[in-house]
Amino acid sequence: MTLAFDPPVARASLGYWAGVSRRLRRDTVSMVCLVVLLLIIAAAICAPLIAPYDPSVGSVVRRLRPVGTPGHLLGTDDLGRDMLTRLLYGARLSLIMGIVPVCIALVIGGSLGMLAGFVGGRVNTVVMRTADVFFAFPSVLLAIAIAGILGAGVVNSIVALTIVLIPPLVRVSESATAQVSALDFVEAARASGARDTTILRVHVLSNILGPVLVYTTSLFSVAVILASGLSFIGLGAKPPTPEWGLMLNNLRNAIYSQPLVAALPGVLIFVVSLSFNLLADGLRSAMDVR
Amino acid sequence: MVRYILKRLILSVPIALAVSVLCFVLVQLAPGDPLSLVLPADATQAMIDQTKQRYGLDKPLPLQYLYWLGNILTGDFGTSISTGRPVLSEIGIAISYSLALAGLASLFGLVLGITFGFVAGYRIGTPTDKIVSAIAISGVSVPHYWLGMVLVIIFSVNLNAFPAMGAAPGAHPGWLEQLRYMMLPALTLAAMPMGIVTRSVRALVAETLGMDYVTALVARGATPFDIFLHIAKNAAPTALAVIGVQMGYLMAGSILVETVFSWPGTGLMLNGAILQRDIPLLQGTILVLALFFVVLNLIVDIVQPLLDPRIKRT
Repeated sequence: MTLAFDPPVARASLGYWAGVSRRLRRDTVSMVCLVVLLLIIAAAICAPLIAPYDPSVGSVVRRLRPVGTPGHLLGTDDLGRDMLTRLLYGARLSLIMGIVPVCIALVIGGSLGMLAGFVGGRVNTVVMRTADVFFAFPSVLLAIAIAGILGAGVVNSIVALTIVLIPPLVRVSESATAQVSALDFVEAARASGARDTTILRVHVLSNILGPVLVYTTSLFSVAVILASGLSFIGLGAKPPTPEWGLMLNNLRNAIYSQPLVAALPGVLIFVVSLSFNLLADGLRSAMDVR
Repeated sequence: MVRYILKRLILSVPIALAVSVLCFVLVQLAPGDPLSLVLPADATQAMIDQTKQRYGLDKPLPLQYLYWLGNILTGDFGTSISTGRPVLSEIGIAISYSLALAGLASLFGLVLGITFGFVAGYRIGTPTDKIVSAIAISGVSVPHYWLGMVLVIIFSVNLNAFPAMGAAPGAHPGWLEQLRYMMLPALTLAAMPMGIVTRSVRALVAETLGMDYVTALVARGATPFDIFLHIAKNAAPTALAVIGVQMGYLMAGSILVETVFSWPGTGLMLNGAILQRDIPLLQGTILVLALFFVVLNLIVDIVQPLLDPRIKRT
């Protein structure tokens, strides 16, 4: 039984997330996606333990073997390296290059958006107009331009992707913060003497987490495709490092002899990106965002 | 209405200026001395100073920007380092190829997206809806550079139906021949807009079907075709706005797909400019593509309220 003087905020937020998690667990598609993503992440972490070969050692006599070759379950690439091994190792860089920029952008963009939405006034104008300028650029073009000018490399492409991902996160968290800040309970908290930092941390953050989280999940999908895309055109990982986008590019000439092997790295990028998108859809309906 | 258009036009001037600032700043991020490309390694200090003066590099950065902007406004985008030809004419040729490709891809995306969206929206919750929704989310999630490779494997390598790369050879190829070359890259590029249009049209159709006035129309004896017309009228502005913005993304995002298909548009040119560190060409192409995007957004903002009076003109 709930008493009238129970702290309602703490109870309500706990119940909300429990409800979200219950609804999400009932959603088969979301659960399958979550399991697939966790399996791929686990495989990436455990790559040295489970990979049958060395990812950088090939054999001239075993080039471009088909899928199902004894000893090479997923075939070999154009330099005779085991595809299964390289796909497992490749997951590491592909996931890091896609996931890290989103996380950094979430911290920077989320804080800037909260600040702009909460403080309002001139701060809001400066932050949001700056974001607008970046929005005038199509994200792919901006990412490629920054990576292209900084020069090829994993760190540079992570920097490029982070810059591109910050403005949309600023926009999403700003609009959510502005909406929440206008609500009565924020006013009530302020009237009862809560500091701005407390209001931001307790009241605003817990209430914008839902929409921001849904949006971030869908950004993972975009970022993984873009990150591998940068490697695909030679702006990300460099050979012989295994990375899905780079592997896809290296195998472009193999589409005539071993089409299935050549398409494999792209299948994994697709699976990861699709899983993040479906998970974002599941989260959206579980949280009833929009 | 005229006032709204004027206001929107004036508002886009600062955005265009900010875009040009960003393009200028981007290039300043480039590592290495820009002079190292034109000067010999053993250049004397006097030679360095002289060259700096000639290119205006001895001036402070804001002044350099103004000089650069002045040149851009008079149509002087500089000279490509790799080809030695004016950047603007290089872009002019490439952009016509990219526009044609993005136009065809938008058309495919729009037609497929509206069809799928209506089919799914009319049957929310049925297996048909589930299949269409799966196609739509796949279209949004697929790495398009990979989709391009898969289409080449299926339609060029196995079926030999369409050419795998390049544009039609010859100075004046027939449009039908050119269309054959455009087919696979356009289909590849269409996946993303198809998915987005499908998802928004599906939601709109389902929402409109649940409206009271549709029930009232049915009660009054409206035929299914009448109702379809009402829904189409509701969905059209959204679909057009989505595809309008998407076309901008297609122009810019086609860099990967143009690379896969060696399609001689701005994307392939940009890729080449990056590889050869052809900074003037890189800067010019990015600027033109970004300005194109600004103009496209402007057109969408102006056309949308014309089609849908419910959208407030603010």
